[in-house]
Amino acid sequence: MNRLRYFLAHSRGALLALALFAAMFAVYVAYHPAGLTIDVVSTAANKGVLLALVAMAQTLPILTAGLDLSIGMTFVLANSLASAVVLGSPAETALGVVLVLLASLLCGALNGLIVVFGRLQPIITTLATGSIYFGLALVIRPSPGGDVNEDLADALTYDPVLGVVPPSLLVLLATVVLVWLPLRRSTWGRAVYAAGSAEGAAYMSGLNVDLGKFVAYTFAGLFAGIAGLMLTFMTYAGEANAALGGAYTLNSIASVVIGGTSLFGGAGGAIGSVIGAFVFRTIGDLLFVFDMDALYQPLFIGLVLLVSVSLGSLRLLRIRNRLELFR
Amino acid sequence: MSQILELHGVSKSYGGVHALRATDFECARGRIHAVLGENGAGKSTLMKILAGVVQPDGGVLRLDGREVAFARPAEAIRAGVVCIFQELSLIPDLTVADNICLLDPPRLGFLIDQRAQDRIALDCLARIGVHDIHPRQRLSDLPLSRRQIVEIAKALRLDPKILILDEATSALTAEDVGRVFALLKALREDGVTILYISHRMNEIAELADDCSVFRNGERVGVFRNGEKTHDEIVEMMIGREYVHAYPPKPVRAAPPQPVVEVERLSWPPALRDVSLTVGAGEIVGLGGLDGQGQREFLLALFGVLKGVQGTVRIDGAPVAFSGPAQAKRHPTGVALIPEDRKTEGLMLPMSIRDNLSMAILDRLTRGLVVDRIAEDAAIERAVGQLSIRFGDLDHPVASLSGGNQQKVVMGKWLLTGARVLLLNDPTRGIDVGTKQEIYGLLRRLADDGASILFYSTDYDELIGCCDRVAVFYDGRIVRTLEGDGITEKALVASALNLEPGALQGADDAARQPQEAT
Repeated sequence: MNRLRYFLAHSRGALLALALFAAMFAVYVAYHPAGLTIDVVSTAANKGVLLALVAMAQTLPILTAGLDLSIGMTFVLANSLASAVVLGSPAETALGVVLVLLASLLCGALNGLIVVFGRLQPIITTLATGSIYFGLALVIRPSPGGDVNEDLADALTYDPVLGVVPPSLLVLLATVVLVWLPLRRSTWGRAVYAAGSAEGAAYMSGLNVDLGKFVAYTFAGLFAGIAGLMLTFMTYAGEANAALGGAYTLNSIASVVIGGTSLFGGAGGAIGSVIGAFVFRTIGDLLFVFDMDALYQPLFIGLVLLVSVSLGSLRLLRIRNRLELFR
Repeated sequence: MSQILELHGVSKSYGGVHALRATDFECARGRIHAVLGENGAGKSTLMKILAGVVQPDGGVLRLDGREVAFARPAEAIRAGVVCIFQELSLIPDLTVADNICLLDPPRLGFLIDQRAQDRIALDCLARIGVHDIHPRQRLSDLPLSRRQIVEIAKALRLDPKILILDEATSALTAEDVGRVFALLKALREDGVTILYISHRMNEIAELADDCSVFRNGERVGVFRNGEKTHDEIVEMMIGREYVHAYPPKPVRAAPPQPVVEVERLSWPPALRDVSLTVGAGEIVGLGGLDGQGQREFLLALFGVLKGVQGTVRIDGAPVAFSGPAQAKRHPTGVALIPEDRKTEGLMLPMSIRDNLSMAILDRLTRGLVVDRIAEDAAIERAVGQLSIRFGDLDHPVASLSGGNQQKVVMGKWLLTGARVLLLNDPTRGIDVGTKQEIYGLLRRLADDGASILFYSTDYDELIGCCDRVAVFYDGRIVRTLEGDGITEKALVASALNLEPGALQGADDAARQPQEAT
């Protein structure tokens, strides 16, 4: 029982985000003209899953007290590459998927190598590499277009599984269960958390801090690659879109914070970020059902974002020892 | 007797300053070897070399007769040399079990086996005799004294051949110190070699088999425990004539004019109905086991805690400070020397000059700029008053030794001219010489009329320095000892909240103590 209590206490941020999402989604469905239909859920899922995957990617560098500003560009690069290689026979398509994931993994690994061995600040490192990844995307896809294996695309993004479950949600679930959870419970994942929580203490304990950072950036690339693939499956095309990459980078940071992961590193997790991403997406959907002028969207999103991240600071009101404000 | 560890001609210098000068050191298998010396004597450099944190400039290190060199802490740990550092090497966001099993956790395939990890953690904690820490608790939720226990448990889990403890008992409760001592003796029986660094002579006397004394980067003596008296050892350490450690206390005809009057101060659960008066020129000690509310009491007086009940009067007028800035501005002036000089006392990367003038910047400001001439004059005063030893005022304060850093913290607050000084364990982890200077300084300040509240985890200090000692237990003052009544036995008995006489041989305590509430 104690275990459960400590687990709940450690996951407070993610649980708070979950409650927020449940409330917002309930309002959304209640006011939606069509109500709770598969189409409504499926559309919401597809929009949420992309950001959720990119937010999972962003979680890892943030856990090491770093940041990955190239994540959106890796996402765009994967999209552009997928629109060129995920085609043809099942075998060729499978090879294409592997190629895209490998390329994204390499993007992440390059970030990791520079941060670890170059001892450069993650922000400036990934700002530079992000531009490189976008440049590569432009080379692959100078103008929007390309194609993708439609059977696979429809199976993963449109045809509901068992008639009710949006398949993109299952892809997300599979990523969480098959990649994130094992990583979190491995020594690599432990090193990620330790590197962000107290780098000096981890080094003094004989832990390989560099490995933790490298793993964080590399897996971030992998998650962004999965997101890029899913984008291709949803649009049947690739586009080297700088604005899209930039927006996903910034929105992923917002999602991570809404999901209860500390920007100081060491505390939080990717599941919270997934919830945070759905919260973020639902904000836009709420505007739609309330028929608000699209002009007010950015203003409204900003306000809701500010309020929801402020929820995380509510604990400060309960602080009785002012010194804790600085910790 | 086989030597498990031998060092020959090991030297290390930092930027031209010799931390170790071609020194030798050896210790025998299965013995507890105490390492003594002032800060800067070279003992922490020695430990860092053994632990793989720094690499020696020259010399030979032999473990079990084989020559070794550790490039990283991980290599030392793999060779069986495990160090328990004074600055805890724990990860605050991970759980207790995660921390204890940080290196090489039990695994099921690729995954960490959490349940096995819990069992290992409980097992290590049980070996120390501690049962009140849950393996799934997050480390940052534990108080310092518990974290130190986890640090020791973590070292046990690594199965050390050589265990190095660097002031590892400084934050422990008296009860836990006893448990850790029993553990160390049991480890010795199992053939583990223990290097024990401490400033607490009574701990060394109880525990050590052999002692090495370091001074100025060299080992100046090695002897069996008990062969030398405390006075002889201290003289070896400081290399100068050892006068009495504590300045004489004044004899008073009448109780002094009250300056700080605290009535029924509460901040549940840490503080309950604490009432205490400190007069002008008085040093009042706060005693008791660690974590009984002493720190919170000082923080409450300084305005750091929110929601404090009860009244505090300074010079007769009630005060309720909203924080240090207000406490500092009060006409009488209140200063708090914090417990952790590295986070709360100093801005480590900033210069010695900037640190010293930090608390009086408002007074040194003319218009919008700091008056550098007035600042220099103030800093000169502080440096002279505390005899702070430094290379250059513009060097970062982090470059000073621990003792001199603590002097900078005190100097910063003394410059404010505060008449009420709150000291939170100010001598923790600093060398004997600096401690003595601080004792002398406190008495001089008191003689000039300052009112001092002095929390210390070291009973010797309370006995030697204080006019009165208020003993805390579970957030209350259970007894106030005065004058000759401040004895070790009385302090221990009150700290455990025993009735006088209940502790065997506590007769002295029975005669003097007065009930406070």
